[in-house]
Amino acid sequence: MRWLRDPLLVVEGLTMRFGGLVAVRDLAFSVGRGDITSLIGPNGAGKTTVFNCITGFYKPTSGLMVLSTDGPIQSQAVADLTASSRRFVCRDDKIGGGGLFLLERMPDFEITRRARVARTFQNIRLFVGMTVLENLVVAQHTALMHASGWSLVGLVGAQSYKQAEASAVDVARYWLDRIGLTHRADDAAGALPYGDQRRLEIARAMCTDPVLLCLDEPAAGLNPRESLALNELLRAIRDEHGTSILLIEHDMSVVMEISDHVIVLEYGIKISDGTPDSVKNDPRVIAAYLGVEDEEVAEAEAEVGL
Amino acid sequence: MSAGSQGGLPPAASQHSLTEIIKDAGLWALVTLGLCFPLIAFRTEQNLSLQTALEPRPLLVLLTVAVVFVGRLLWRLYAHPSRPRRVLFPPLDLSEHRRRYGPRIGLALLLLFPVLALAFAGQGGAIKWINNFGVQILIYIMLAWGLNIVVGLAGLLDLGYVAFYAVGAYTYAIIAAYVIPATVPMLGPWAFWICLPLAGILAAFWGMLLGFPVLRLRGDYLAIVTLAFGEIIRLVLINWVALTNGSAGIQTPYITFFGLPFTSRSGQTTFSETFGLSGSPTLHRAIFLYYVVLALALLVAFVTQRMRRLPVGRAWEALREDEIACRALGINTVNTKLTAFAMGAMFGGLAGCIFGASQSLVSPRSFEFMESATILAIVVLGGMGSLLGIAIAAVAIIGGIELLRELDWLKAVFGSGFDPTQYRMLIFGLAMVLMMVWRPRGLIAAREPSISLNEAKAISSAHVKEGHG
Repeated sequence: MRWLRDPLLVVEGLTMRFGGLVAVRDLAFSVGRGDITSLIGPNGAGKTTVFNCITGFYKPTSGLMVLSTDGPIQSQAVADLTASSRRFVCRDDKIGGGGLFLLERMPDFEITRRARVARTFQNIRLFVGMTVLENLVVAQHTALMHASGWSLVGLVGAQSYKQAEASAVDVARYWLDRIGLTHRADDAAGALPYGDQRRLEIARAMCTDPVLLCLDEPAAGLNPRESLALNELLRAIRDEHGTSILLIEHDMSVVMEISDHVIVLEYGIKISDGTPDSVKNDPRVIAAYLGVEDEEVAEAEAEVGL
Repeated sequence: MSAGSQGGLPPAASQHSLTEIIKDAGLWALVTLGLCFPLIAFRTEQNLSLQTALEPRPLLVLLTVAVVFVGRLLWRLYAHPSRPRRVLFPPLDLSEHRRRYGPRIGLALLLLFPVLALAFAGQGGAIKWINNFGVQILIYIMLAWGLNIVVGLAGLLDLGYVAFYAVGAYTYAIIAAYVIPATVPMLGPWAFWICLPLAGILAAFWGMLLGFPVLRLRGDYLAIVTLAFGEIIRLVLINWVALTNGSAGIQTPYITFFGLPFTSRSGQTTFSETFGLSGSPTLHRAIFLYYVVLALALLVAFVTQRMRRLPVGRAWEALREDEIACRALGINTVNTKLTAFAMGAMFGGLAGCIFGASQSLVSPRSFEFMESATILAIVVLGGMGSLLGIAIAAVAIIGGIELLRELDWLKAVFGSGFDPTQYRMLIFGLAMVLMMVWRPRGLIAAREPSISLNEAKAISSAHVKEGHG
């Protein structure tokens, strides 16, 4: 129950309305620091909408989303920040420095840059015309932009920028090695097979040095072997890099295997929240996925192993 | 009856029966007849009572239809459709060898161009070659390289690029012709060098100003708004007579050799006197101007290549590939777009300043939409993003249009009323159509990666996106 003891992200009263449609209604949940949290639910439950709100692609109609990269969230600090007109407080006002962030007030690029939330997309969004390496270097834009002195220092060919670029390549090389794509570093990202593209997108998101990695259906379209490798990769990201993961996934083998915490949405409302085991046995979840109880459901349950 | 059974016919015809081939040729003839009707079947003429009369030309129509019918018949009978299509323009070979030496040879040619022009065309002819070909082409190369940042790298379709060219030219014209003589006349000879950075800065400023309102627009909408912006600037230049002297334009002073005028107006020592050179001062000025443009063009190329390897340049290309992914990676797309607009506009402004200094008159007629279209055509034809391809395309298009002026001997063939320059749009259009058929992504379509781990491999244009605003 780390998500209650030491949450990294606390979402309260999140509502997203598109005209007359309420995609997410009064949603509250927490993401534990160092947890793999899964967001599941039937199609159209509002999972991706929640992602888009967290990463700033949508401005939520109402709600509070607090993320702390600087130790446990203190309710007093949150109250102070909410009362002020600021979007965040940083310990040493440096980009990437620890701080407390109100995500609903921040624009999307700032959420990645300052609050260090990275994401992938349901339909892979790589820079297909750039090489695999370039994809990973672009992801380190913020750090490199600093090193290049907003291009002025870099334009004159300063040594400091060259070093920064070399270390960016080192980071990229590390992730290429992690996802087993070193031999394809100089190929166009669009030339990679689907499974490699999925992993590259995760590596690219990791190159932004996130504290929270949001993955939108990372296992979609993967074969069982690739799916297994993905589980390993996600565990390694959590254990070795201390990056918490928020996951949307339909593949229950992935969800139940690696999640520490599962949140179930249906029609924009949270219907269950807890450990994988407790969620698995929650009658409301079973009803949401399989309809009401009857003999056929019992058979189907046995089939999918619920 | 099968055509194949007749031994004399080539194998191509054997696959289809003769009746089918005749039917096909007949269809072509019919279509030609339909097309002929509005185009050549009638000729309008004024009769004696000054009324427009239609003069039918049945013989001409018949002849055209017959030619098409026979031509199609022969084509079907003797052409060999089974033969693999010859690749007319194989992809440019960008092997290590050519990549290394190609630009060097090009650079050497550029540096030696005035010397070559002098050697081959003599003093009188060299001025024309250096001004009309050298300087003009280099200005267009600069412009196209500037637009390449906006369109080729950042993927933002800008149809009003000429506006920044105009800003640069008018910056020079107004400051050199009005402001400096009225305030500090002693700076007069230095006008060009004072105006050059100002033109760049002002154009960049206008680039940002245009950038702000169009930030949220994409694709066609962006193109329309930038087109309008280009026209607005031109209309302001025409109508703000107090500042710009309207359609009449502004007489501009010529460029000086770092303060030394080439032609003396008020008894100043001239360039040729100081260095004891003989020969036409106009030629000296042309050569000097040529090297100034060349230096600036090379600077633009150098800066562009450097920028591509900086985070901002990579962000431009990433923006072209996928704007939403950019935002998810912490890239401020607003700033990235604005820097692209500003950089592109700045290069346009520099080119405009040189244009102002190379002409004796700056007028709004030089900044019509056709210019924007030409510059964009150069970028598209060259291959978006490729500096070398764009340079080649600029030489082909601008040099080609200039060459048409040189084709006076064609008058001997087609009669004295024939003016080859009248056909330049036709040739231009035809060239574009052929390019779109054979090399739809431009001369050099492959993208050069900005960084590589082991060996840099050019990226096929099949992957590279064109950007949609």
